[in-house]
Amino acid sequence: MSLILSRRMMLLSAGATLAGCDRLARNETFRETLFSAENFHKWAQRSIMARDALAQEFRPDQISPFFRPNGTANPNTPEYKALWRSGFADWRLQVHGLVDRPLSLSLAQIRTLPHREQITRHDCVEGWSAIGKWRGVRLKTILDAARMKDGARYIVFHCADDMGGGRGYYESIDLTDAFHPQTILAFALNDQPLRVANGAPLRLRVERQLGYKQAKYLMQIEAVASLERIGKGKGGYWEDHAGYDWYAGI
Amino acid sequence: MDSAPLPPPAGLVRRHRLPVRLWHWLNAALLYVLFTSGLGIFNAHPRLYWGHYGANFDHPWLTLERFGGWITLPAHYNLAMSRHWHLTAAPIFAFALLLYMVWGLIGRHVARDLAFRRGELAPRHVWQDVKDHARLRFPTGPAALRYNVLQKASYVGVIFILLPLAILSGLTLSPGMNAAWPWLVDLFGGRQSARSIHFIAAFSLVAFFLVHIAMVLLAGPVNEIRSMITGRYRVPEARP
Repeated sequence: MSLILSRRMMLLSAGATLAGCDRLARNETFRETLFSAENFHKWAQRSIMARDALAQEFRPDQISPFFRPNGTANPNTPEYKALWRSGFADWRLQVHGLVDRPLSLSLAQIRTLPHREQITRHDCVEGWSAIGKWRGVRLKTILDAARMKDGARYIVFHCADDMGGGRGYYESIDLTDAFHPQTILAFALNDQPLRVANGAPLRLRVERQLGYKQAKYLMQIEAVASLERIGKGKGGYWEDHAGYDWYAGI
Repeated sequence: MDSAPLPPPAGLVRRHRLPVRLWHWLNAALLYVLFTSGLGIFNAHPRLYWGHYGANFDHPWLTLERFGGWITLPAHYNLAMSRHWHLTAAPIFAFALLLYMVWGLIGRHVARDLAFRRGELAPRHVWQDVKDHARLRFPTGPAALRYNVLQKASYVGVIFILLPLAILSGLTLSPGMNAAWPWLVDLFGGRQSARSIHFIAAFSLVAFFLVHIAMVLLAGPVNEIRSMITGRYRVPEARP
């Protein structure tokens, strides 16, 4: 048996098998099976971790020298530029949806609320990680102040960045993560006010999930019963447009 | 396999039990999907670091070009699809290994077929085995029905070290698992170290695969592959 011939056969069959996999992935039922692994991972992870299990926190000397911004580095819309020019004095965070007391909070008001500081690792879905020190207000504090209604199941974040066609970025988390002690709305990174590239004036930190859940440039927080009517119904911009998993714990 | 010092007249014996054969082919398919989809995921950031953090402005120990479409799943760059493939195959692969380990330990596959026998690890014996391999002198007769010491070492190494290492380092990449099992990230010394080790484990498995295939081809592919499909193996006759 010629080894060279069999090596070529192996390469050919490898290529053919991969093409077969790609064809298989276009089959709707098979696709759904592939996409449903997310449910297993969410169930498995939630089963073995305490509801408030903390993401690892780091020492100040472990902070990345430079915190890599990703995704939108500047929303650059006329509305955002105007807010930025005013030092975000005119910016308001709207809290609405299934709440008894809708809120409209200024940055100054948010800064007067009790803070939390945490040095955590940001894990991008692409594979890289950066460690930074965040300061912000627990999302729970805001949701309690707005008196969330019983029917609310998800918290949706609407952002200022224009992802094309005038549509802003959006993301969502469930109540387990919304009320987690490390889930904060951060206004400072490494003891500096949040830079535009990192999401000024306010961004979400949900530390047990990947980077695309960490919505930047927050404008509105909405409590909803279902994600059906948010975007295309998958709960987030990348979930709707690129097929990312809604549960980004893995 | 059950010890039968004398092969039946036809020379055809039962070589591999059903769980071994099932697990072998399941693994072949899953590792193929895991490796190719893993390269697709790697392509999103083809740089590797040591420690807890690592991004574009930090110092990688390895920077590669993106892997070509001939070896990635899917063939075009699609991080979401690569992740769907990888994260679907990974738990099946992990639980199959766990089952296999339990079966192997309780069903005595490990004790009978994989555990080193007295004297096998003596330098002279190992050296003899290395020389036999180098001369492509494969065992004949009843000796062909037992794994030799190099085979045992590579199978034990893959089943009990390399595959668990690949699974645990992969789990360490999950921020959810880091909160659930914080010892994972301590074990590997950081998430980026775990990512590097995951990559090294994957390519170590490729190295194992290449040697494995070469050995099958050299030892007689029809007989070897049949024994892994039907379980039946023709005992090679003693050299004159």
